[in-house]
Amino acid sequence: MATDSKDSSTGNGIKRRDFIYVASAGLGIIATGSAVWPLIDQMNPSADVLAMSITDVDLSSIAVGQSITVVWQSKPVFIRHRTPEEIAEARAVPLEDLPDPQTDEDRVQRAEWLIMVGICTHLGCVPLGEQGLYGGWFCPCHGSHYDTSGRIRQGPAPDNLVIPNYEFLDDNHIRIG
Amino acid sequence: MSTDTYNPKGKFFRWMDDRLPIIRLMHGTFVSYPTPKNLNYWWNFGSLAGIVLMIMMITGIVLAMHYNSSADAAFDSVEHIMRDVNYGWLIRYVHANGGSMFFIAVYIHMFRGLYYGSYKAPREMLWILGVVIFLLMMMTAFMGYVLPWGQMSFWGATVITNLFSAIPLVGDAIVSWLWGGFAVSDPTLNRFYSLHYLLPFVIIGVVILHIWALHIQGSNNPLGIDVKGPQDQVNFHPYYIMKDSFGLAAFIFVFAVFVFYFPNMLGHPDNYIPANPLVTPEHIVPEWYFLPFYAILRAITFDIGIPGTDIVLLDAKLLGVIAMFASILVLFALPWLDSSPVRSARFRPIYKWAFWIFFLDCIMLGYVGSQKPEGIMPILGLVGTVYYLAHFLILLPWLSRFEKPLPLPESISNPVIKATGEVGHEQ
Ligand code: HEM
Ligand code: FES
Repeated sequence: MATDSKDSSTGNGIKRRDFIYVASAGLGIIATGSAVWPLIDQMNPSADVLAMSITDVDLSSIAVGQSITVVWQSKPVFIRHRTPEEIAEARAVPLEDLPDPQTDEDRVQRAEWLIMVGICTHLGCVPLGEQGLYGGWFCPCHGSHYDTSGRIRQGPAPDNLVIPNYEFLDDNHIRIG
Repeated sequence: MSTDTYNPKGKFFRWMDDRLPIIRLMHGTFVSYPTPKNLNYWWNFGSLAGIVLMIMMITGIVLAMHYNSSADAAFDSVEHIMRDVNYGWLIRYVHANGGSMFFIAVYIHMFRGLYYGSYKAPREMLWILGVVIFLLMMMTAFMGYVLPWGQMSFWGATVITNLFSAIPLVGDAIVSWLWGGFAVSDPTLNRFYSLHYLLPFVIIGVVILHIWALHIQGSNNPLGIDVKGPQDQVNFHPYYIMKDSFGLAAFIFVFAVFVFYFPNMLGHPDNYIPANPLVTPEHIVPEWYFLPFYAILRAITFDIGIPGTDIVLLDAKLLGVIAMFASILVLFALPWLDSSPVRSARFRPIYKWAFWIFFLDCIMLGYVGSQKPEGIMPILGLVGTVYYLAHFLILLPWLSRFEKPLPLPESISNPVIKATGEVGHEQ
């Protein structure tokens, strides 16, 4: 045996046996990995959950100054028909006052309709409308204040409320997703 | 003493002892285990925690026979347990209040360790295993609280799972992996149920390691000095079996008062409102035993960045999460942060104060955690958090170098140092 392994050494001193060790350890890792991956990936959203991707909403019944909450991908989405004062207020804020600078124009497709995911960017509570120090939304969980454009102004939340993808199908209908 | 070693009597016991010496193991653990003779009642809480764990497992397995973990049915199935299942109300109230009793026992057990220096050499592994049990308990209790699928269940789960979204880059992917969806929902409830059933069994495994590690070095004691010989010890049975039984009776009495007279005092009324993903309750609070950590999570409301620029290195959300995890993980390093060779606070004049101030800090953080983040609360939370971490990271290392301990007694049997400086007689 001893002479055997000597004979099978290559010039670099790599032995046949070393190669077999490395190859079987490598294969073992790949095999274990491919067995473990399904066990991890099963926890990701399943096909039927992924399929619930779009929501259509009729805006005609929402009066100026009113908001509704619709469900999209099991998340609340706020749709607010903003008053002219709210729009003016949101547009008057200098960008340097914002922790997450973004103009109001960038956050809406049509100025009177503010559409955003109603989930606080801190730890996921649903903020309350027409409350807080900036006349927008207030998250009671840890005290985040959002303005009339849904931008974070004060409190632990790092980002503005998220704008989902949506399009106006016509003047009174939108499709979220 | 007759209980010193195990002598199998009778044919069957000798036969068994040669094949599977499990009775010998039990005898060594619960009968002949040599124990310092000066343990006080603070040493009762380990065995109490073990008994509460058994109560939780038994009541939990029974609840599982009637509980339904689908998001549509979970809340109703818990009401079905309360109203229709024979003695269901009793079993559920014992389980729900048992969680609180478990944490009371374990918190007292941990503060006992802090006061008497039980985490120091040679018991570091014992302490570390204890911190592992604490982490597993927190996970178990958190997932258990989600199961009744009330408003606090749902929103507590939402807030805590969202903690992981603070992790840079992969945070959101991890959160959606935890949820199995885009929000806390049916798949989340099902997996929490599976894990809530599993983790207590993992806890039992770690408890066995914890007791094994205890028995290698033996118990610490209120004087914090080493056992010098058999004269310092008594057998576990009957001495501590009796003392533990008396403590158990008192503890069960308190437990029963909660179960029968104030079954919902430690819970939150909002959890009797079915989960509603569109409405967050006015004021989300976790169970009382998480309040200090919740206060630490909320304590940090500012970003850390490069001064004079807009560059944010660590945002407030991530900092809060880091502070909260640090406040638990720092316990793992405690045996090395406090390197004073004197264990018991009785002989550490400054540490004794530091201990009590730390204790009050934890109570204050608990209070802040229960309040809305308004007025003075955010400041108290920040001060409390900084003090909590500084206690471990600055005060203890400093004390271990500069504190002058009092003279230690000769031995457990000889605890009093005579005024003349000579020591008394062995009894
Ligand atoms: C480490 C031990 C355990 C702890 C700390 C613990 C904690 C909890 C808590 C805090 C609740 C919520 C109670 C409520 O508000 O209604 C709960 C519920 C529940 N637990 Fe456990 N538990 C433990 C062990 C177990 C075990 C071993 C099982 C067995 C399957 C179990 C099954 C259940 C079930 C079915 C519920 C839902 C019913 C209910 O809400 O009362 N638990 N648990
Ligand atoms: S979840 Fe909104 S402030 Fe924390």
